Amino acid sequence: MLSFVARRLLIAIPTLWAIITVCFFLMRAAPGGPFDGEAPVPPEILANLRAAYHLDKPVMQQYISYIADLAHGNFGPSFKYKDFTVTELIAQGFPISAQNGLSAILLAIFIGVPFGILAALRQNSASDYSIMGVAMTGIVVPSFVMAPILILIFAIGLKDTPFQLPAGTWEGGAIKHRILPVFCLSLVYIAYLARITRASMIEALRQNYVRTARAKGLPFRQVVVRHALKTALVPVVTFLGPGIAFLLTGSMVIETIFQLPGIGRYFVQGALNRDYTLVMGVTILSASLIILMNIVVDVVYGFLDPRVRYD
Amino acid sequence: MPILDIRNLNVRFATQDGEVSAVNDVSLSVEKGECLGIVGESGSGKSQTFMAAMGLLAANGRANGEILFDGANLVGASEDAFNTVRGNRMSMIFQDPMTSLTPHMKIGRQLAEVLVHHRGASVVEARIQSLAMLKRVQIPEAERRLDMYPHELSGGLRQRVMIAMALLCSPEVIIADEPTTALDVTVQAQILDIIHDVKERLKTAVVLITHDLGVVAGLADRVAVMYAGRIVEVGDVGSIFSDPRHPYTKGLLACTPRLDDARQGIMTTIQGQPPNLQRLPSGCSFHPRCSYAAERCANERPALEIYGQGRARACFKDLKAA
Repeated sequence: MLSFVARRLLIAIPTLWAIITVCFFLMRAAPGGPFDGEAPVPPEILANLRAAYHLDKPVMQQYISYIADLAHGNFGPSFKYKDFTVTELIAQGFPISAQNGLSAILLAIFIGVPFGILAALRQNSASDYSIMGVAMTGIVVPSFVMAPILILIFAIGLKDTPFQLPAGTWEGGAIKHRILPVFCLSLVYIAYLARITRASMIEALRQNYVRTARAKGLPFRQVVVRHALKTALVPVVTFLGPGIAFLLTGSMVIETIFQLPGIGRYFVQGALNRDYTLVMGVTILSASLIILMNIVVDVVYGFLDPRVRYD
Repeated sequence: MPILDIRNLNVRFATQDGEVSAVNDVSLSVEKGECLGIVGESGSGKSQTFMAAMGLLAANGRANGEILFDGANLVGASEDAFNTVRGNRMSMIFQDPMTSLTPHMKIGRQLAEVLVHHRGASVVEARIQSLAMLKRVQIPEAERRLDMYPHELSGGLRQRVMIAMALLCSPEVIIADEPTTALDVTVQAQILDIIHDVKERLKTAVVLITHDLGVVAGLADRVAVMYAGRIVEVGDVGSIFSDPRHPYTKGLLACTPRLDDARQGIMTTIQGQPPNLQRLPSGCSFHPRCSYAAERCANERPALEIYGQGRARACFKDLKAA
């Protein structure tokens, strides 16, 4: 298995390189540049700026020197957040996004999966329909609708009650200030996980070996937990892999609404500002995370099903 | 007293296109230590009769009537009540050994959990007993198999594991539902030998569900023939084979290919198809396919009548030995 992981990590290098290359040239191909502002910049200053950031060189040369910098672990300076390097921006924001994302994922697993199992065990009952109804709502209502509603309820409606929760403030990450954004982040994932778990659990319970386990006279709980659950978790893990990668890199919507100093907003702001290096930085970060999570998923498959082979 | 006594059992499945009558008014009994063969085509209700006895009907299935196991009625029993019987005093071997073992659990654990649950055995004890049982069903290198996953074993070995699992708690009844259908012919013979051995040495009652008359002939003491959810003929194995008294049984026996048959190439078949269980024919369910059918057969259903020693059949026609 170690050699499998090593091989996959090696293959990840050309994959990343391809992503970097495509992203680099796409950004340069987009009209406009990092120094286009509302007020036109005098041509001499613009020329100086472009020279300072090496934008006056041919694109191919810029690309080669960018790759060379990357190889040394240097993501370059941000074009928009002056005095900051991309590495510094990510180092500041990523831990915050990652902490919130991780909390959201854990919340989603511990709520979504049990409810999905419950719905599967009581298939077509009132509790199944209500769980699935709530889950469907969670999936279709976008977070930019859900977040203001939650703010209305918990920050404004319940003001001056013990249930009041702050919104739009960070306060260095005090737990109270994280509850609403983390909950908003996890809602969609709770809903998806519940639905995926229900479907895969229903499928697993139909397997012949579950019938065998019941024929052995084992209590139903044991049948579900020992014999059906592992199989049912395969699609859940498949979904969670990229899901975790997305959540760790933050959400533009949630971070904007709740004023969180994460990196989610860099994805959109960076692209709009033509902040070439910042866009490259966050793209490389999320691409690496997705590649890494997919490797983790493949390894976890092996634990869920011994028939999975790594050679 | 029979160990398993099924009386007037009906099994119905509620489906979107209406109710399906899988088992109709079936009465059967299995004596201690006896082997009862249940023969019939697919959909004849032979499996569902015993799925009901094991409490394993699909969620949309309902059983009616009585299933007396050692005197206690299992129809409508709770899951907990079933769980004291299942795998313990009555166990079942399924048709498809390739999919009937949990793929992500080692063989040893799957065996041991039966003993841990029903006998309160320790894990070590359970492992020792499981190993002994694997040896009893003639699994080579049994010790090594305990730590293997099902996919590392062949179909025949997996079926032996299933049999070993069924035997762990020395049940009074073993229900074998087409235990050899999914296996190679050579392996089939080995599995049947093991079942025979179980019956002879452990004095366990065996219910052998099959569509293969050859399997029944070799193992069963008595045979019940089922058609469209009903028993059409019952008798001891010798008389059923030598002197079938129901046209369906007769037809089934005639369909068995024989090596010494002079008419090479043409196989005898029973005309038509098994009936749709949602729209059973009027009268005798077999009459549309029966070469002896008379007008009465289409209007009236023949009851299962006892005649002679331990024999019964459901037919108006007085078929005599050929």
